[in-house]
Amino acid sequence: MLGKLSWAAIPFNEPLPLISMGVVLVVILGVTVLVVARGWLPYLWREWLTSVDHKRIGAMYMLLGLVMLLRGFSDAIMMRTQQAIAVGSAQGYLPPGHYDQIFSAHGTIMIFFVAMPLVIGLMNFVVPLQLGVRDVAFPVLNSVGFWLTASGALLINASLVIGNFARTGWMGYPPLSELAFSPDVGVDYYLWSLQISGIGTLLTGVNFVTTILKLRAPGMTYFRMPVFCWTALASSMLIVAAFPILTATFLMLLLDRYLGMHFFTNDGGGNQMMYVNLFWAWGHPEVYILILPAFGVFSEVIATFSGKALFGYRSMVLATLAICVLSFMVWLHHFFTMGAGADVNAFFGIMSTVIAVPTGVKVFNWLFTMFRGRIVYRTPVLFAIGFIVTFTIGGMTGVLLAVPPVDFVLHNSAFLVAHFHNVIIGGVVFGALAGYNYWFPKVFGFTLDERFGQASFWCWLVGFYLAFTPLYALGLMGMTRRLQHISNPSWQPLLLVAEVGAVVIFCGILCQIAQLYVSIRTREARRDLTGDPWNGRTLEWATASPPPAYNFAVLPRVDSIDAFWAMKQRGDLTAAEISYQTIEVPRNSATGLVVAFFASATGFALIWHIWWMAALGLAGAAITLLAFGWNEEREAAIPAAEIARMERTRPGLRGVA
Amino acid sequence: MSMITIDRLPADALRGVGGGLAPTRTVVAYGFWIFIMSDIVMFAALFAAYAVLSGNIAGGPTGRELFNLHKVFVETACLLLSSYTCGVGMLCAERRQPGVFLSFAAATFILGAAFLSIELSEFVGIAKAGAGPTRSAFLSSFFTLVGMHGAHVTCGLVWLVYMVAQVLVKGLRAVVLRRLLCFSLFWHALDIVWIGVMTLVYLMGAR
Repeated sequence: MLGKLSWAAIPFNEPLPLISMGVVLVVILGVTVLVVARGWLPYLWREWLTSVDHKRIGAMYMLLGLVMLLRGFSDAIMMRTQQAIAVGSAQGYLPPGHYDQIFSAHGTIMIFFVAMPLVIGLMNFVVPLQLGVRDVAFPVLNSVGFWLTASGALLINASLVIGNFARTGWMGYPPLSELAFSPDVGVDYYLWSLQISGIGTLLTGVNFVTTILKLRAPGMTYFRMPVFCWTALASSMLIVAAFPILTATFLMLLLDRYLGMHFFTNDGGGNQMMYVNLFWAWGHPEVYILILPAFGVFSEVIATFSGKALFGYRSMVLATLAICVLSFMVWLHHFFTMGAGADVNAFFGIMSTVIAVPTGVKVFNWLFTMFRGRIVYRTPVLFAIGFIVTFTIGGMTGVLLAVPPVDFVLHNSAFLVAHFHNVIIGGVVFGALAGYNYWFPKVFGFTLDERFGQASFWCWLVGFYLAFTPLYALGLMGMTRRLQHISNPSWQPLLLVAEVGAVVIFCGILCQIAQLYVSIRTREARRDLTGDPWNGRTLEWATASPPPAYNFAVLPRVDSIDAFWAMKQRGDLTAAEISYQTIEVPRNSATGLVVAFFASATGFALIWHIWWMAALGLAGAAITLLAFGWNEEREAAIPAAEIARMERTRPGLRGVA
Repeated sequence: MSMITIDRLPADALRGVGGGLAPTRTVVAYGFWIFIMSDIVMFAALFAAYAVLSGNIAGGPTGRELFNLHKVFVETACLLLSSYTCGVGMLCAERRQPGVFLSFAAATFILGAAFLSIELSEFVGIAKAGAGPTRSAFLSSFFTLVGMHGAHVTCGLVWLVYMVAQVLVKGLRAVVLRRLLCFSLFWHALDIVWIGVMTLVYLMGAR
């Protein structure tokens, strides 16, 4: 009846996951009770859960990413603590089986449920506003994408207390991830949660390619689009081209595990190296899916806070697209040691170093943008400057690793761990936090507290260097990654420094929580009434903060890059008489929520081999989609009079056209 | 799909300024085409897996022993012909001729179902000969690649029935025509994938 599921799946003898999950459950229950008791449920349902507004979906993506950051970070600090104390005769507090689950969950969660939601959240909120339009091409699909991502996050967190998670590392390499060596549900949790969220990500990619290429404000030619839109386009194209490879690869591993096929098994002619190739044929583009939008954020932030147009706009766009193409030609550098031969390794080594060229172009463009600018040192710009320094170092260690002979020495060492954290924290996380601080007033209508923001920046920056510089040294000293126990006592001092670094990063996260709390408490004093708190350059600042459901009462006409800046220079911000027209906005839809509910049920059932429930879940999802495909009433009209009233009553700039 | 009907400036007012909002039909078909591209990438990964594994027979039967090119010829004819009937049906739908459309849709369905039944009988035959998907890596990748295409055809048949129902209930309205356009894009894309399957799996495998 319940497949493999029984009481034995709950780890009653392991207090750590039980206590943490207990706390999470109490918090969820408390929030639910509060919401119901205060009568907030209808509001939550109407304005958020069933909303297909790209702004709301963007905010929900960001919330998901930030909450999952807490989960991923708690894994990180547990690992750092274990490595700092489990030296020599000491065994630490995490047994190997548990430690292996933690590093697997840390990588999986940080990539798929922190970095991706943060990046996609920013894209969702910002891109339609920057394009000067009212929504994405397929709003309901957008909501489906978000909820499927949330469904994957739910499943992966369920593994904490029902069953266990993969012990294979976040890449899930076979043969270890095959049934013969991982017979329990851990790998199935990994595979199904990523399959479900992967479909959501793919739908988002399709949606944004279509939106950016087909729906822009009148006059916004490709070379008048803000750089963030370009990077979002590049990232979305990479999603469309890369995520199906991951889906197919995981499908093959699932067929091995569920139906006894032989894609990657040791027997029957399976080929494990094919998994590694396919995984990184997705995995390397994925790196750029994450970093390119971050580059876009920095381009916007640096231009705005330097009070100058971005230096080298066209070279920035071309560099973005060059990276987009090159990202598919370097995947083999993740496994030079596999033994593909000197010629193949040389090709991929050269291609990998070549990627540094367009990236270097971008770095110089940012520097030249700041050069002779009047830089206003707010939190977003601090993250941008911290990024330029940190990312350059990470890029250079990457070029080092791209040299195959060096890689043979450093492969799978702590040096590698330091390198990719250097580019992901210094690049993606700093980018997401810069974007969070930069666009927060646009999302919620009030600015974030500056003191806590800057404190969080310094904690993140100092904490990063403390945590990962020692790992570079340890890697060169021969320390491999994923060690549950350290046999060489001379490494302990550096591991203790890394532990301190993790604690400093934790202080940074606490500062962010405090920043949010303080800002909400003092929101009346920090209202952004102009819609343009930073003296911005692009169209998202041309509308109110927060923007109305329809974004723009009249679609702006664009005749240059930095369209809003040009309007401000010309002074044509308040057209005297505007005749508003009826605007149609997408209606709420529960499709996303319902499909994700069935997807979660199906995923859970498949993990635990509860076949009847899987069939019911699939049928439910299919029927929901068929019902959606029948429906035509997808838009609601806001009458012109209503628009006029809303535009009159809102403060600040108005009627940009 | 929301954007498109709203305050669009007259086409000539926008001529030459670039940007702007594309018509709904363009947006929908373009978005769906991008989705099909992603589907083809997924097939590309399965093709790659087949190419890598097709020699790994693990002592089991080879493609030459299993494949019957006569059957494949009939299969291919059914599928290509169904694309033709689908295309003609679309033209009739665009001309608002629901009766003719329905007869061509029926022909498309019958040809698609014939393709699928031949494929299923082939699968059952191979599996009964002791060469199921668990026999060797070659057969795993064969059943997965060809079966994935078959699963797509099955979805296409369900979708076709669903679209016929929409035409019967709603008539050939603009929104129904847009959905039909997506269906026909999908159906034609399955042909393209099948050409790859036929060449790589059957023609090269039966040599």
